[in-house]
Amino acid sequence: MKRAFLILAATLVAFGLAGCGGQDVIKIGGVAPYTGEAATFGVSSKQGMELAIEEWNAAGGLLGKQIKLVFADDKGDPAEGATVYTKLIKQDEVVAIVGTVMSKVTLAGAPIAQNAGVPMISPTSTNTKVTEVGDYIFRACFIDPFQGTVGAKFAFEDLGARTAAAIFDVGNDYTKGLSEAFAAKFTELGGSMVAFEAHPTGATDFKAQLTKIVQANPDVLYVSDYYNDVALIAKQVRELGFTGPMVGGDGWDSPELTAIGGDAVENGFFTNHYSKDDTRPEVREFVAKFNAKFGAEPDALATLAYDGMYLMLSAIKNAGSTDGVAIKNSMKALRLPVVSGTVQFDENRNPVKSAVIIEIKGGKQVYRTTVNP
Amino acid sequence: MNSLKTPRLLFAAAGLYVVILVMNLTGLLNDYFLHIINQSLIYVTLTVSLNLINGLTGQFSLGHMGFAAVGAYVSGTITTLLFNVKPTLVNYPIFVLALVIGGLAAALVGVLIGFPSLRLKGDYLAIVTLGFGEIIRTILNNISVVGGPRGLLGIPKFSNFHVVFVVAFVTLVVVRNLAQSSHGRAFLAIRENELAAELVGLNTTRYKVMAFAIGAFFAGVAGGLLGHLLQMAHPTQFGFLGSVLVLIMLYAGGVGSLTGSVIAAFALTFLTETLRMVLDSLSDMTNLPLGDWRMVLYALLLILIMLFRTEGLMGTREAKIVVLKEDQL
Repeated sequence: MKRAFLILAATLVAFGLAGCGGQDVIKIGGVAPYTGEAATFGVSSKQGMELAIEEWNAAGGLLGKQIKLVFADDKGDPAEGATVYTKLIKQDEVVAIVGTVMSKVTLAGAPIAQNAGVPMISPTSTNTKVTEVGDYIFRACFIDPFQGTVGAKFAFEDLGARTAAAIFDVGNDYTKGLSEAFAAKFTELGGSMVAFEAHPTGATDFKAQLTKIVQANPDVLYVSDYYNDVALIAKQVRELGFTGPMVGGDGWDSPELTAIGGDAVENGFFTNHYSKDDTRPEVREFVAKFNAKFGAEPDALATLAYDGMYLMLSAIKNAGSTDGVAIKNSMKALRLPVVSGTVQFDENRNPVKSAVIIEIKGGKQVYRTTVNP
Repeated sequence: MNSLKTPRLLFAAAGLYVVILVMNLTGLLNDYFLHIINQSLIYVTLTVSLNLINGLTGQFSLGHMGFAAVGAYVSGTITTLLFNVKPTLVNYPIFVLALVIGGLAAALVGVLIGFPSLRLKGDYLAIVTLGFGEIIRTILNNISVVGGPRGLLGIPKFSNFHVVFVVAFVTLVVVRNLAQSSHGRAFLAIRENELAAELVGLNTTRYKVMAFAIGAFFAGVAGGLLGHLLQMAHPTQFGFLGSVLVLIMLYAGGVGSLTGSVIAAFALTFLTETLRMVLDSLSDMTNLPLGDWRMVLYALLLILIMLFRTEGLMGTREAKIVVLKEDQL
């Protein structure tokens, strides 16, 4: 029994110690999957958050105080996510939270933040349900259907297409949502959809659908699949004689696309959160700073985590207080140019911002243009 | 009916319950602490029920989280999709009913996989139960009514300290009473030597299916509690790694010892959080990224436990208050 008490006492002391902390700092919670299945996402995200806080602290901090990042690893697990959100709010008493990466974990954490009245912004959770949890929940990335809308606008205005076809995975909400949004926007702009074909999940032969599409002779083909399917579709549709441009979403963003697709994916364009080759000053500055600190190019996760932290800190600065209600209201009124575009929140607390179009040229991803919604 | 006279354990549990509650109300234990206690108690339910299958009956199940998944999704479907109730006091009967139905559904699945697979022993049974857990996960991934790969969302937050505590206590008492009754002797006989048990006239299949069904029932209830605590159920939560975590708790506590299961469920749940606390404080003081080493240390401590206490923390011993006295039998 003595030993049991010793262990219990040690645990209590540990918890007590962790509770101590100076009052001269503003604590911001950061959550990301630092270990587990999505560990690379977590590492990038943490780097993005750290860079943003370092910048603000160097520039004098926030409301006259230094900012402290209280980072917690959620392991990509919803149960762990609920625990760390409770910890950050009840134990560390953070004023706001930036996190987390995966939608399923964010959905376990968001109700806790909402109930406690602690504003939070998820950098990269694209599930539309996330911000529906309540009015304290924001996100820094665009949601899935938005990419379809931007893709349609780009195809109609920049590529000058008037007829379009789409192919998508029937068993995947993401690709289906993108294609439906594309079709709706393209028709609204005055174009016409000549083919709208679904393929089953896991298919490797798309010739049946593609033959139909090629016969309809569209100006542009919208392919909202992930990169591995895109590469196969591209190869097969080129074999069938289609030479026009193809447009897709951020599922294309992988070096594997050109490795598998080769020449077939040339004349392909996709929407993405940001491009490191973008010439806007915010992007150039961010890429340079990130490179100097971490010795690597920032990926989309690091960028959005940086933006999420930047937006949250700006909202607190504008609010002039660390009160949850004030931060929330200030967040809603925000309009700020950050790395991934000029962000403003709509009534569902999703960002309205520009997307970049990346072109596949000579086997490389090249920045083409920025499209505003 | 004498076995229902369990004053010592009841008093101990009631005392613990009151102490935790008072400490929480007076602010000594914040809600974060209480949340970890809730999670520990859910793991107590899972580990004790697995102990009935793996520890007492000597079967090797690797799919315990599969049963929990059935419970979580069935009860979650009832409260969220069927009734769509708010977590108010008036609606608690619906929640309790949903939990029980979830448990029964899990038990039914336990029986269904029990019959064909109980002809198998040891490693082969382990592989079958492992496969079963993965099948459940894959099926859930493909049912769009319950959210498919996005998970079942918006489950009302019915689970709280009171409910979770009562369920863990009831599980412990039921499994304890079962283990120390004549049924329990049958379970132990199967564990020690199945052939001998059969030769003395035990219907071994019946007892094995019974162990699976009861174990699965409580696992299902625990799954339901977890879903209503996190306000969501997601297929990946109930995968292989989840089952392994419960198995680790069982082995760290000592296979066959209910006391060990309770202690290990608390100890390992608190360990991850204590490590987080200690390492975060240390890295604040030293400015070294010690927090990154949390899961490495966790694994290291588990290895050390198994090296120095091969039989687990408790072995097969029980704390005195968990053992029924002769006059209670």
